[in-house]
Amino acid sequence: MNFNFKHEWIETNIGLMAVLTMLAISVGGLVEIAPLFFIDKTIEKVEGVRPYTPLEQRGRDIFQREGCYACHSQMIRPFRDEKLRYGHYSLAAESQYDHPFQWGSKRTGPDLARVGGKYSNEWHVQHMVAPRSMVPESVMPNYPWLLSTPLDISDTANRMKALRKVGVPYSLSQAEFDANVTQFGETVARQLHIPDAQKNLVEQANFGNYDGDRSGISEMDALVAYLQVLGTMVDFSKYTDDAFVEFR
Amino acid sequence: MAVTTYSGTERYNFDIVKKFAVMSLVWAVVGMFVGVYIASELAWPLLNFDSPYFSFGRFRPVHTTTVIFGFGGSALFATSYYVVQRTCQTRLISDGMASFTFWGWMAIIVLADISYVLGYTQSREYAEMEWPIDILIEVVWVTYLILFVGTIMRRKQPHIYVANWFYLSFILATALLHTFNNLAMPIDLFSMKSYSLFAGTQDAMTQWWYGHNAVGFFLTAAFLGMMYYFVPKQAGRPIYSYRLSIVHFWALSFMYMWVGAHHLHWTALPDWTSSLAAAFSILLLMPSWGGMINGIMTLSGAWDKLRTDPIMRFMIVALSFYGMSTFEGPMMSLKEVNALSHYTDWTVGHVHSGALGWVAMISFGSLYHMMPKLWDTKIYSQKLVEAHFWLATIGIVLYIVAMWISGITQGLMWRSFDEFGNLQYSFVESVVEMMPFYAMRAIGGMFFLTGTVLMTVNMLMTIRQGKRESAALDARLAAKMAHA
Repeated sequence: MNFNFKHEWIETNIGLMAVLTMLAISVGGLVEIAPLFFIDKTIEKVEGVRPYTPLEQRGRDIFQREGCYACHSQMIRPFRDEKLRYGHYSLAAESQYDHPFQWGSKRTGPDLARVGGKYSNEWHVQHMVAPRSMVPESVMPNYPWLLSTPLDISDTANRMKALRKVGVPYSLSQAEFDANVTQFGETVARQLHIPDAQKNLVEQANFGNYDGDRSGISEMDALVAYLQVLGTMVDFSKYTDDAFVEFR
Repeated sequence: MAVTTYSGTERYNFDIVKKFAVMSLVWAVVGMFVGVYIASELAWPLLNFDSPYFSFGRFRPVHTTTVIFGFGGSALFATSYYVVQRTCQTRLISDGMASFTFWGWMAIIVLADISYVLGYTQSREYAEMEWPIDILIEVVWVTYLILFVGTIMRRKQPHIYVANWFYLSFILATALLHTFNNLAMPIDLFSMKSYSLFAGTQDAMTQWWYGHNAVGFFLTAAFLGMMYYFVPKQAGRPIYSYRLSIVHFWALSFMYMWVGAHHLHWTALPDWTSSLAAAFSILLLMPSWGGMINGIMTLSGAWDKLRTDPIMRFMIVALSFYGMSTFEGPMMSLKEVNALSHYTDWTVGHVHSGALGWVAMISFGSLYHMMPKLWDTKIYSQKLVEAHFWLATIGIVLYIVAMWISGITQGLMWRSFDEFGNLQYSFVESVVEMMPFYAMRAIGGMFFLTGTVLMTVNMLMTIRQGKRESAALDARLAAKMAHA
């Protein structure tokens, strides 16, 4: 074979160079990202994980808005110290409805993947308003406005509709609702029904009274509701220690 | 002389280069100031002032966006437009398009910064801009691509100079990354808020494929393009090895795209993906060092310039930091090292040894070389360049050392057990240990910022001097013409 390759061909032809560069930079992503959508084992089969209720989702929006992810991860790694400090390592299934993911990249503060249920609502409210009153050495900013700002609930249904379009099983029709009843049970399915979004949100906020103030629904209500559900959906006592190993 | 100057400005569109060069300094000062501010917030939380607008979480993307896309981006636009015209010996194909990329890019930075402060963010690191800004970026970027490639097509030389390969690779890769990482569903056409198209694991993978290649292409390949033009120019010597530049160009372009998942070691991302990323991260050391060696060795035979030429010193220190951080990176991508370093300040230090040491230093060197030429004059003060060099270098060292110590301390404290097998430290005990180093980091940042301010003043004085000289020249010429 007498194929005498010269790099000169490429560097004298901008079209060829652009095409070859495009090929070179496309391979990595194709090989590493595309299969994640098709390989079944990427996401564990596990019971209990459900989309967020309208109030929790609004809390999640606020978590994102304030940039909490810049200092708090939501991804526990399978190490002994992390198990002791934070709990069972995070499963892919636990963030399957998270648009966008909030795994984070830095722990200036502790991981929050399983913070749900660890502290009381009152603790969270006080800690958010004045972190150093609860943890004197903390460097977290104060978030007093969360308590004083009423939660905007007018676009709740719109938000859920957008999430439905990207694949979260919130229901619009009776058929979708019925499918959710089968998958998540009726109590959860009711929470995921978009036509009832605002009603559900108000009910949960009033019943949960997360910010300790019954006079209205504040952004704090939503944020605390979100924090309190983090990492609580899967009941790990139902699974053996190495139940999830094959998925790693 | 005067005649060639005039034909120079007509032959090339230097106006656009000047605009981007000046704005890159302006954004450098703004972005680094915000950086020092948020670093200080971590050391002294009082500085958050109970204000939503200045709290760390909302302010951090203002810093990253302003330095990466404001300062870095403007420096890249400026130098790429300069380099592509000089090496192709032709003018940009369209002044209108060039001007559009300038005003578009400036609008993007301003809108992005304002939107973060108001709480609009996709929470994707280095891609926090919400969807309307993303669309604007897409439009500006495609214009940039057409302008750049179109200009190359009109070149007077058969060969495309190596610097342009790197700029081209950076423009293409950024378009690809930006497009796929920002796929999102707005909640309403009149709302800034959107939700990512992907969820959880796939979303994380897409984001870090983007995130690491924002580093790989925006902050590396592009600045290598800058290096390939300005280092040989400043040294007055040809590139050390043509063959090495070919090999490391293709290797770098191919391999970088594989390494993003090393940000997701030990997470819920499947092992095969992050292991593959780790393998490529280690391989990547070779093309990275290929670039460093090619740059540094260009100076062989002219090492004395390091003693006499502060601009050359900026460039060589930049290449040294590039070599250092591209060694540190593969090391941190090893799973065992990453188990300790991930989530800690070590990562922050690593990013800054690349961003301050490599990206900022090579930009400073190139701008110092280019700006006096653009205004056809000499640098206003060499002494200020010297002072800038030392302030910047000391600042980087303080910053990185602080982050090494705090990062490794965090990592070790989190995983230490007492004699009964319980965790030895509570989380907040590790926070307390960070305090002196957070202060030290803020001080390092202040050094670096002060240097940048000096440079800005120096360049503004240089521009004024250039304008005054050309006005005097015009006047003399007019007087001569009148006599003739």
